[in-house]
Amino acid sequence: MSILKPDFIKPVGIGAVIFAALAFLPSLVDSYYMSLAISIVSFAVLATAWSMFSGPTRYISLATVVFFGIGAYTVAVLGEVLPFPLVLVCAGLAGTVIALLVGFSTLRLAGVYFVIFTFGLTELVRQVVSWYEVNVTREMGRYVFLDITQNDIYWQLLALFAVLLLTGFILGRSRLGFALRIIGEDETVAKHCGIDVTRVKVALFVLSALFMTLTGAIMAPRWTYIDPVIAFNPMLSFQVVIMALLGGPRRLLGPLLGVVPLTLLFEILTANFPNHFSILLGCVFLVIVYLLPSGVVGLYEKYSAPKKRVLATEQNAKPGGNAA
Amino acid sequence: MTNEILLSISGLQKAFGGLIAVNQMQFDVHEGEILGLLGPNGSGKTTVMNLISGALQANEGKIVISGKDITNLPAHKISHSGIARTFQLVRVLPDLDCVENIEAGLAYRTKPLWGDAAHAAALELLERIGLAKQAHTPAGDLTYIDQKRLELGRALALQPKLLLLDEWLAGLNPSELQDGIALVRKLKNEGLTIIMVEHVMDAIRSLCDRCVVMNAGAKIADGTPDEVLSDPEVVRAYLGDSHA
Repeated sequence: MSILKPDFIKPVGIGAVIFAALAFLPSLVDSYYMSLAISIVSFAVLATAWSMFSGPTRYISLATVVFFGIGAYTVAVLGEVLPFPLVLVCAGLAGTVIALLVGFSTLRLAGVYFVIFTFGLTELVRQVVSWYEVNVTREMGRYVFLDITQNDIYWQLLALFAVLLLTGFILGRSRLGFALRIIGEDETVAKHCGIDVTRVKVALFVLSALFMTLTGAIMAPRWTYIDPVIAFNPMLSFQVVIMALLGGPRRLLGPLLGVVPLTLLFEILTANFPNHFSILLGCVFLVIVYLLPSGVVGLYEKYSAPKKRVLATEQNAKPGGNAA
Repeated sequence: MTNEILLSISGLQKAFGGLIAVNQMQFDVHEGEILGLLGPNGSGKTTVMNLISGALQANEGKIVISGKDITNLPAHKISHSGIARTFQLVRVLPDLDCVENIEAGLAYRTKPLWGDAAHAAALELLERIGLAKQAHTPAGDLTYIDQKRLELGRALALQPKLLLLDEWLAGLNPSELQDGIALVRKLKNEGLTIIMVEHVMDAIRSLCDRCVVMNAGAKIADGTPDEVLSDPEVVRAYLGDSHA
């Protein structure tokens, strides 16, 4: 595959210009909007990373916060011991190892069993970390005092998002990405075409988990105090799934279309209805699954594409909607 | 047949719980021949195909292709050793278009093709199976016979030594059937070795060099189509004692 084709250079060039422009945001807006921008970019990384694996395979993972929390905890433990870039490397390694273990042990599970396992995994990891803190270190909760400003966090997240989009873009044109799409269509056919299905799924699961872990690590200094309940809050996993499904998990930029409106909505909900946040979130989830089973992207394809393609999209929408 | 043995199966056994689906199966397939695998419904034909292609693991026995033992290897490795298959219930990749469906077969074989080379090879193969016009139609929108053609195309894209056709001709109308038979014959003339599970007698008589007949998981006859179809044991398996 030749990297230097115009159809590769053009989108990457446009992306680079947009990201360079976004890097100047801190000098334009005040800290409230910066905090909002950090939320949006962090969710954008999480939802895009989630979709990289779950979009084509249709495996709904609720383990996002497991990796996010591992990243955050690595920073809490090592943040004052090692220089920050090295801490990020350690977080990445920890996330990769856990993702490999989880991948090889669970990706043979299909459908709802996988969903439930990943949900249970969050609880398991949280309990193990709590147990360790209570019985070994004898202190629940840690403080993260690092010399990292809000703007630093924003730039790091922005860089991470740029790397993620570039990775996703290259992946979409690679044999590995095509293998993942075939697996999503029909795993049995994929095997008989010569694809080592388990290895492909694990590779993508690990890659996606790596980005989630780094997001957690980058976000950790923002909290100053973390404990297992904060770091491994399962709500985050659900939020990421909703955003990705609203946007459309089967296109690289699809999740972004869900992240922006929903982050703004969450912001409004937490500001105005702090006590009813969960129930309103649940309603939003229902509305999305019923009205937009293939996301904003699906809606766009439905009204812009020729008739034949529409038929196919509607047929696909069903398994996606059911899985949710 | 004087040709060399391509595939050799011996002592093959597969049980699902207490049910023995395949019982001590033993047969050889020679290079360049079409072997028909026959038998009443539930006699274990598809299970044998699944064991050869690695979709199922055998309890006992040995499967050897070109001298290489492939018993119980994972399906993707068996595909790399030169065996391709179609499915009893047709399986295309519905959201992908025809070119991509063929590329799925090209991109992960032993000598993979990717990018422009794969695209060109896929178009050429679509031409060969008569789907050139539908190159960019999603496979899910094709008619039944075209989906079957496409599935065959994907199997051929793997450049197999041995092709397993599981009731590939079933469910076709009479004119489609003639097309299908002609296509399989063309593949044979190109030197491909084929095992076909089939119920369509016209196809069996006109295509198969040799037939193996199964009943209740075991082999009951092995010979030319005429020989096995007049074998009293075979007639009894299909029609019951009073006709034998």
